[in-house]
Amino acid sequence: MGKIKTPYLLLLPGFAFLFTFFILPIVNLAQTSTQTPVGGGDTGQYEQTFAFSNYINAFVENKEQFTRSFVYATIATVLALAISYPLAYAIAFKSGRWKNVLLVLVVAPFFTSFLLRTVAWKQILGEEGFVVPGLRTLGVISDSTTLTSTAFAVVMGMTYNFLPFMTLPLYASIDRIDPRTLEASGDLYANGFTTFRKVTLPLSMPGVVAGTLLTFIPAAGDYVNAAILGSPNTKMIGNVIESRYFKIVDYPTAAALSFTLMAAILILVTLYIRKAGTEELV
Amino acid sequence: MSIGARIYRWFGRNMIRVYAVFAFTYLFIPVAYTFVFSFNDSGKSNLVWKGFTLGNWQNPCGAPEVCTALGNSIKIGLLATIFSTILGTMIAFAIGRHKFKGRSSSNLLIFLPMATPEIVLGASLLSLFLVFKINPGFWPTVIAHVVFCISFVVVTVKARIASLDPRLEQAAMDLYANEIETFRRVTLPLVAPGIAGAALLAFSLSFDDFIITNFNSGTLTTFPKFVYVSAARGIPAQANVIGSAMFFLALALVIVGQIVSRRRKVS
Repeated sequence: MGKIKTPYLLLLPGFAFLFTFFILPIVNLAQTSTQTPVGGGDTGQYEQTFAFSNYINAFVENKEQFTRSFVYATIATVLALAISYPLAYAIAFKSGRWKNVLLVLVVAPFFTSFLLRTVAWKQILGEEGFVVPGLRTLGVISDSTTLTSTAFAVVMGMTYNFLPFMTLPLYASIDRIDPRTLEASGDLYANGFTTFRKVTLPLSMPGVVAGTLLTFIPAAGDYVNAAILGSPNTKMIGNVIESRYFKIVDYPTAAALSFTLMAAILILVTLYIRKAGTEELV
Repeated sequence: MSIGARIYRWFGRNMIRVYAVFAFTYLFIPVAYTFVFSFNDSGKSNLVWKGFTLGNWQNPCGAPEVCTALGNSIKIGLLATIFSTILGTMIAFAIGRHKFKGRSSSNLLIFLPMATPEIVLGASLLSLFLVFKINPGFWPTVIAHVVFCISFVVVTVKARIASLDPRLEQAAMDLYANEIETFRRVTLPLVAPGIAGAALLAFSLSFDDFIITNFNSGTLTTFPKFVYVSAARGIPAQANVIGSAMFFLALALVIVGQIVSRRRKVS
């Protein structure tokens, strides 16, 4: 009897908490998303009218920002994967006794507040930084070209900020690969590229999937990089939701946008996991 | 072998190491920038290099509000860490150690907060607080942080539990330890490093969080909020001091932890 009950007792406090402060708010958000302003009421007063048209209006009005969020997040995720994979590989297989030190170094930038680092990028890439004058001297960019307040800066900032989320799961799954499988592949006359394609990559797929999700999800909902490194032309859906909440006090639209964002992410994630073929996520 | 060929071969062998050096440089450029500009004799806005000073380090609380913000962040971080570590560890033991009905839906409930964009988490909690007429502030922020920290704690601790050798516990049982004794003297000490790692992760997630905090903290300032708000008019160099100090503190903590665990292994 006791044995059957133990797991439920252990789950109870945590799940009660998650139910109250995660599930309930999401349900409440769903309710808010179909409300409309009270006729003649103050700003911020809404009543439930099951106005599903909120969703259509919110989406149509902000189609551009939605598209931008997913495009930026996808580019940042692909870049982060391209940068992280060789790095994770080097740490797992080529670092010898420096492995732990290098792992700490991957996480270390985290400890300097990510906002400080994002602001630092803004200044490094800005007019007074050393990158822009350098590139101008080399003739790579023209005198009128700037790097901040561009899509480039926003995507670069996102890539940078979410890089450890990509590197760590990649490392975890590459590190688990038995180096003898790579040797065996070499013994069977596979060249380096074939070994990578047929052995290393498939074995590291769980890490690739976990890393892309951990990067893509926060990137798609992010608004900090766009706010600091971007311009009004690089606004993402996160920026819209934030301003709907705080500046316009339009809760239903903000809720509808949040829900659409979450649904879009969940659909993409499900499709992606199906395609990548790994069920073991958490 | 010619020198050219040698260089070529060295490069072929070490290309990935050279690459790693570049990747780490990229990771550390803004950290170094933040550190260097913590010594800037900048006055109000820390945008251009104006000269070297130790003044910011001698008086880190010199800029208005920066230390209040830091204090709030630490308080919120500690509380969120304690609650999420306790709740998350319990869940991790339930899922990692027991087979029960609803295990896979429990896994889903843990995965969902991680799959939800921060802005949705923050916005939905704020809506809930508004419905119940709870003003955003200190405790709502703590609660919000616990929500997103729990899942990370569960995942970290569960991984540690999964890597345990079940024979160790069986051995304890064979030596007539009862379940509670086995748990206290064998299981818990073995899982402890995982719990410590999870707590550290929870604290750094909470300390660095901006989006969820921004939604639920009202007028309360936290360190990331302070940086975000002052970004528009120039961040005081004291913020760079605090950022750099946190960096070295955390690094020192990790190094000490490594030395301690290595010594334990030896003895």
